[in-house]
Amino acid sequence: MGEQKYKKVAYYPGCALESSGHAYNASTKAVGKELGLDLVEIDNWNCCGAMEVKNIDPKIQTYLSARNLSITEEMGFDTVMAPCNGCYHNLKKAEYDLSHDAKSVEVNDRLSQKAGHKTYEPGKVETIHALDWLKHAVGEEEIARRVKNSLKGLKVANYYGCMYTRPRHIFPEKDKGPGSESTAKPHFMDDILAAAGAQNVDFPLKTACCGGAHSLSDSDTSTKLVLNILTTAEACGADVIATECPTCHTGLEMHQIRAEKVMGRKTHVKILYFTQLLGMALGLSPNKVAVQENFSDARPLLKEKGLA
Amino acid sequence: MPIHEKSLIRPENLRTNDNLVIEGMDVSGHWSTFIEGRSITDYNENLQDEIAALPGGENIHRCWQCGSCTNACTVNAINPEFNPRYWIYLIRLGMEDELLRDKDIIWQCVSCNKCTYACPRDVAPEGVMKATAHWLELKGHTPKSPSMIFDEGFSSQVFETGKIEDSLVLRNFLKDTGQPLRQPWLESMILGLIKRFPVFYLIRLGLMQVFRPKTKGWGRARKAIEEYVHEVEAANRKALGLKEGAE
Repeated sequence: MGEQKYKKVAYYPGCALESSGHAYNASTKAVGKELGLDLVEIDNWNCCGAMEVKNIDPKIQTYLSARNLSITEEMGFDTVMAPCNGCYHNLKKAEYDLSHDAKSVEVNDRLSQKAGHKTYEPGKVETIHALDWLKHAVGEEEIARRVKNSLKGLKVANYYGCMYTRPRHIFPEKDKGPGSESTAKPHFMDDILAAAGAQNVDFPLKTACCGGAHSLSDSDTSTKLVLNILTTAEACGADVIATECPTCHTGLEMHQIRAEKVMGRKTHVKILYFTQLLGMALGLSPNKVAVQENFSDARPLLKEKGLA
Repeated sequence: MPIHEKSLIRPENLRTNDNLVIEGMDVSGHWSTFIEGRSITDYNENLQDEIAALPGGENIHRCWQCGSCTNACTVNAINPEFNPRYWIYLIRLGMEDELLRDKDIIWQCVSCNKCTYACPRDVAPEGVMKATAHWLELKGHTPKSPSMIFDEGFSSQVFETGKIEDSLVLRNFLKDTGQPLRQPWLESMILGLIKRFPVFYLIRLGLMQVFRPKTKGWGRARKAIEEYVHEVEAANRKALGLKEGAE
C-alpha cells in the first residue's frame, strides 16, 4: 500500500523543469495526481546551483540548497521530493556537508543570517527523488494494480546517469540491502516500469555519464559519450531509453541530433521520461504527459505499441 | 643507456647517433639510440599546498596512487592522455613543468564522480581536477576554459535572480565564447519542435524572453552571496601568492 508519510510531500521542481524539462514537470505532476499523491511546491525556491556554482565555490552551492530546505521546514514539511538528479544530488550533498563539515555550517549560517531567513540544520528534512517517491508512496504492487494500458512489448533501457548514485557517501540510505536502492546497479526505475508492464532490457550503461556538465562547453566529448549510450541501448534491443533527470534527458536528445548532423551517426532509439511512460500506462494520454514536447518523436512508436 | 623499445619514451628525450663508437666498440645501427639524461631541479615545492588551498583540492595529500580514479574515468576512456592519477602524482611531487604539458585538457573533467566513487582514500579526485583547472587559470597558464566561462555565466544568473533560464544560459554562453547563435544542429533541433507543435513553442519562447524567472525576495541573499564570492576569490588568490584583483 505504500508509506503514508510520502503521500503528501514538498515539491522542488528546479529550474530545468520550468524550461527545457517542462515535460518531466508536467508528467510528474500528472502521475502524482492520478495516483492520489499531493505535491506542494516550495515557496520562492531558488536554483540549486546545478553542476556549475560548485566550481565557483562549493559552499555557496551548499547554501543554495540549505535555503530551499529551510523554506521546506518553515512550510511544515519533513520531506521534499526533487525529480531532477541535479537538484536531488545537491540537496543530499548539502545535508551531508552540513552534518560533516564545520566550515560549510559556518558559511551557511552567515549567508542565511545576512539573507534574513532561518539557518537550516541537518536532519530536519529528508530529500527524496521522484523514484523514491513513487516506490515508497505507492509501490510496485499498487502500480501494477492500477495499470490500464500496459507497456507490454515495449523494450526499455533504464538510464539513471551520474548524480542519482554518486558519490556514494551523500546517499546514506542506499546500498542497505534488500528493498534499498543500489548505487552500483540502481533498479528503482526498472522496478516501477516493470510493474507498468515494460520489458526492461539488460543495459550495462545505467550509470554511465552523458557529459551533461559539458554539454555545450565541450560538445564533441558529450556527443561521443551520448552516442555510446544510444548505440549500446540499441544493441541491447531497447525501443526506448527511460530517463529520470532533465539534464540527462536533454543531453541525450540534443546529442542524438548532433551526432547525426555533425558525425553522421543516426540512431533510432526514443528517449522518454519514466514518468511519461508510467503516466501512459496509468491511462493518461500522450498529450497529458507532454510526449509531444520531446525532441525525439516517440509518437509513431507509441502508436505501433498501442499506447497512443 | 641504449634503448630498444622506443615507443615508451617521448621523441624529444631520445638521441639517435648515425655513427657511434664507445670505448672502441662500434655501436652504430639499432643500438645507437639513447635516452637523454635528465635531472629535475625546478620542483615547485608549494604545488600540492596551492592545489589543496583551492576548493575541491583539500584531500590531495591522501592519495596513494592506486589508479582507481583513472581506471574509472569517463574522459580517460575517450582520451588516454586524460590521467587524473598521473596528475595527482605530479602535483604531489611538485613537477609543475610536466603537469603543464597537459594543461589544455585538465578542464575537460565532466564531473561524473566515478573517480570519487572508486577512490579508497577519499581524495575526491573530481574536486582535485576542478582545483587544478582553477589553479591553471589563476596562475595564467591557460586562458579561461569554455567550462569556466559556462560556469561563471550560469552562476552569475543564479546569484543575480536566484534562478536560471536555460535558453538564456545557452545564448549567453555562445556569445561569451564567440560562437554563432545559429549552430546547424541546434537549428534543426528547434525547427523540428516548432514544426510539430508551433503555437505552444512560439508562445513559450516569447514569454521566456519577456519574463525571466526570478526568486521572490532574493535581494538580500544576492548581496550576501556576492560579498562571499569576493571574499573567496581574494582568499584563493592569496593562497597562490597572487596580487589581489589582477585577473
